[in-house]
Amino acid sequence: MTDKQRKNIPRQEMREQDPLERIANFHEVPYGYSEEQAVNEALRCLQCKDPKCVSGCPVNVNIPWFTKLVTEGRFVEAARKIKETNPLPAVCGRVCRQEDQCEKFCLRGKKGKPVSIGSLERFVADFERENEEVSIPEIPKWTGKKVAVVGSGPAGLTVADDLLKRGHKVTIFEALHVPGGVLMYGIPEFRLPKKIVEAEIEYLKKMGAEIELNSVIGKIDTIDGLFSDGYDAVFVGTGAGLPIFLNLPGENLVGIYSANEYLTRVNLMRAYRFPEYDTPVLRGRRVVVIGGGNTALDSARTARRLCPEEVTVVYRRSLEEMPARAEEVRHGGEEGVKFRFLTAPLRFIGDREGRLKAMEFVRMELSAPDESGRRRPLPIAGSEFQMDVDVAIVAIGNDVNPLIQNTTPDIETGRGGNIVVESDSGATRKAGVFAGGDIVRGGATVILAMGDGRRAAASIHRHIMKE
Amino acid sequence: MYEITTKLQLSHSVALFKIKAPKIAQKRKAGQFIIIRINEYGERIPLTIVDSDTTEGTITIISQEVGKTTGMLGALEEGDHILDVVGPLGKPAEIKKVGTVVCIGGGIGTAPVYPIAKELRAAGNKIISIIGARSKNLLILESEMQSISDELFVATDDGSYGHHGFVTQVLERLIEEPVTINMVLAVGPLPMMNAVCNVTRPRKLHTMVSLNPVMVDGTGMCGACRVTIGGKNRFVCVDGPEFDGHEVDFEELLRRNRSYFTEEKMAMEELTYHEGPRCYERNI
Ligand SMILES: Cc1cc2nc3c(=O)[nH]c(=O)nc-3n(C[C@H](O)[C@H](O)[C@H](O)COP(=O)(O)OP(=O)(O)OC[C@H]3O[C@@H](n4cnc5c(N)ncnc54)[C@H](O)[C@@H]3O)c2cc1C
Ligand SMILES: Cc1cc2nc3c(=O)[nH]c(=O)nc-3n(C[C@H](O)[C@H](O)[C@H](O)COP(=O)(O)OP(=O)(O)OC[C@H]3O[C@@H](n4cnc5c(N)ncnc54)[C@H](O)[C@@H]3O)c2cc1C
Ligand code: SF4
Ligand code: SF4
Ligand code: FES
Repeated sequence: MTDKQRKNIPRQEMREQDPLERIANFHEVPYGYSEEQAVNEALRCLQCKDPKCVSGCPVNVNIPWFTKLVTEGRFVEAARKIKETNPLPAVCGRVCRQEDQCEKFCLRGKKGKPVSIGSLERFVADFERENEEVSIPEIPKWTGKKVAVVGSGPAGLTVADDLLKRGHKVTIFEALHVPGGVLMYGIPEFRLPKKIVEAEIEYLKKMGAEIELNSVIGKIDTIDGLFSDGYDAVFVGTGAGLPIFLNLPGENLVGIYSANEYLTRVNLMRAYRFPEYDTPVLRGRRVVVIGGGNTALDSARTARRLCPEEVTVVYRRSLEEMPARAEEVRHGGEEGVKFRFLTAPLRFIGDREGRLKAMEFVRMELSAPDESGRRRPLPIAGSEFQMDVDVAIVAIGNDVNPLIQNTTPDIETGRGGNIVVESDSGATRKAGVFAGGDIVRGGATVILAMGDGRRAAASIHRHIMKE
Repeated sequence: MYEITTKLQLSHSVALFKIKAPKIAQKRKAGQFIIIRINEYGERIPLTIVDSDTTEGTITIISQEVGKTTGMLGALEEGDHILDVVGPLGKPAEIKKVGTVVCIGGGIGTAPVYPIAKELRAAGNKIISIIGARSKNLLILESEMQSISDELFVATDDGSYGHHGFVTQVLERLIEEPVTINMVLAVGPLPMMNAVCNVTRPRKLHTMVSLNPVMVDGTGMCGACRVTIGGKNRFVCVDGPEFDGHEVDFEELLRRNRSYFTEEKMAMEELTYHEGPRCYERNI
């Protein structure tokens, strides 16, 4: 096929569940490509000699190579090609910010639309899994070394994957009763079906990973304790799970959740199926979500599915500054989520029983850009107003959890309590201890956490093999 | 899976369980708790570790049936299993030699008081205990408390045993006596802890309480357990569960603990529907 012909193929869009239908369920929204669509989309790739897309991907997935395999209908091989550098393609294909990474640098995006790399990645990974083609790689003979991985989010899972493939024994310690981190407790089912994460974890277990659930390191054991138990190195990937509150009057009224609590109740504890599942969540009539990131949008779209009359996202800047992915904002809009931009909360107002009944807000305007070029939101005097609200979800971000740092004083921490590492090796100040993902970066992304895991695994390998 | 090795019915709605969890048994300190999830559909609920036996590798918990999860736990027998047990969570109690400590346990609250009182005694303190319940047959851990106390008082609301009235009345009487009390530890229903603090606050008598908010993860990740303490937001699962009682906003905690009143009733109806009627009277 000539480049001209390739350029004439339109970007293939995934079919999606109808908005009216999907707000009544928690099933995934996009259906994924058909085989024909996948081949067509892959044909749009120009097979660049110097593919800019690859350097835009934090784990350098070999994009032209795998799209070529897709054009030839060799879907399973394409999935394996991706897995050489990315152990969780079915997850990344769904949740990566492709528009800021691989797809942002795609040559086709210069004029027109970039190749839909994420959708293709999702397609081949799903194809491999659904056709039971997932094969367990050959594991080399045991090196005699044992590594402890603390936290089973994307960072920890990637480290485990890489170290197992190098012949080390790996035990993952996870605080919760299921592994997967934010992929299981934070990101909702309709954006990332839990069975996909479960399948990825099953794969690691088949490769020999031991997973100790219900194990909070810093409580049941410490990092030093792990070394005395015979581990040769420790990786800390405990994430950024400490919710930030607004510190406004009335914030502890009944009906006010952190996004973490709200999403954990619904996703991890399955409160959307209460009373079949025992954990409840307040559904509310008028729900307000405060914040503008993915977490805010995930909370709002989750709330929408629990059938209140109205769900509103309140953000203090404007749509342009909103950090959530455009796709999420669009999906939310289609589902009837309302947005109020340039608005900030002032206080929560309760009824006599201490339940939230209203909120007071103030309108904001953006100042002229300061030296850093950022336009700060400033309150407009006299623009205060109230709204009836019975459930509010605070989604303004997370700090890092201090459990490990508190019990491991010789690990160096930064100002926000995050663990400080050497950026190219992931090594902390403490010998034999490595870290990566949100515990180092603060709230970041799945693929950055995986990239950290990959680099840390390589240096752990060098460290324990004394190379 | 965590096996129940022993079950002892302490009163009609309170039972003691020993659960096989060797690692927790070894690490736990007085004042810490676990979170359990009984089965795949279950809620995560916190329970205090009352005691442990490192040779058997068991931990002891005492649970009162107040709702669905504690009701299901109460229906389990020796040899049954609990799906998830995580711990030890929370900060250990601060054990220091201060002199004379009055340890007050109200209802099921005696369960969290016992391990801390035991350690305080071991640290060389004089322990005066007051344990209370609505009625004699609801009193728990009397002989255990006796064995670690220099003096023990009992109070029952209905006068069926010991002092007829509230634990706070016994406390007030003790305060009037010419003995120096250096510290009070009080655990029980929120109104009881509040009442104790109202007695000790004007006398500037240092009072520690152990709080029982609704929890989910127990690791500081969700903020469900937040309580205003000294005007600041604190997470009970990681900053507590013990706090200076004079600083706690009990009103707020009481209201927050009623968040799911309607849902809890629904869950109970589900349970009785499936398992036949049982007595789930709330009796703390
Ligand atoms: C609601 C939400 C939506 C998001 N959406 C996206 C998205 O669309 N795309 C994207 O790229 N990113 C998204 N992110 C961000 C992304 O999920 C995180 O950046 C990523 O999960 C970080 O991975 P991690 O491995 O560092 O930590 P986590 O995923 O946070 O996992 C850490 C794990 O460690 C465990 N743990 C913590 N402390 C201990 C301890 N002491 N002992 C044992 N275990 C412990 C935790 O229970 C958890 O399972 C989202 C985040 C949230 C909250
Ligand atoms: C640190 C701590 C230690 C505790 N120790 C003990 C103990 O040793 N023995 C004992 O019997 N009880 C103890 N509790 C209380 C116990 O956790 C609750 O009684 C139990 O969760 C009730 O669950 P349920 O489903 O049976 O009842 P529900 O019908 O769900 O609730 C009854 C009441 O229990 C409280 N509650 C509900 N869900 C939770 C939850 N997830 N976490 C905490 N409280 C909740 C609410 O105030 C509610 O009004 C402790 C609580 C905490 C926080
Ligand atoms: S892993 Fe993410 S950034 Fe990399 S190619 Fe795949 S979708 Fe793009
Ligand atoms: S930049 Fe775009 S067109 Fe070029 S190889 Fe990458 S995906 Fe294909
Ligand atoms: S229970 Fe979630 S933060 Fe305390």
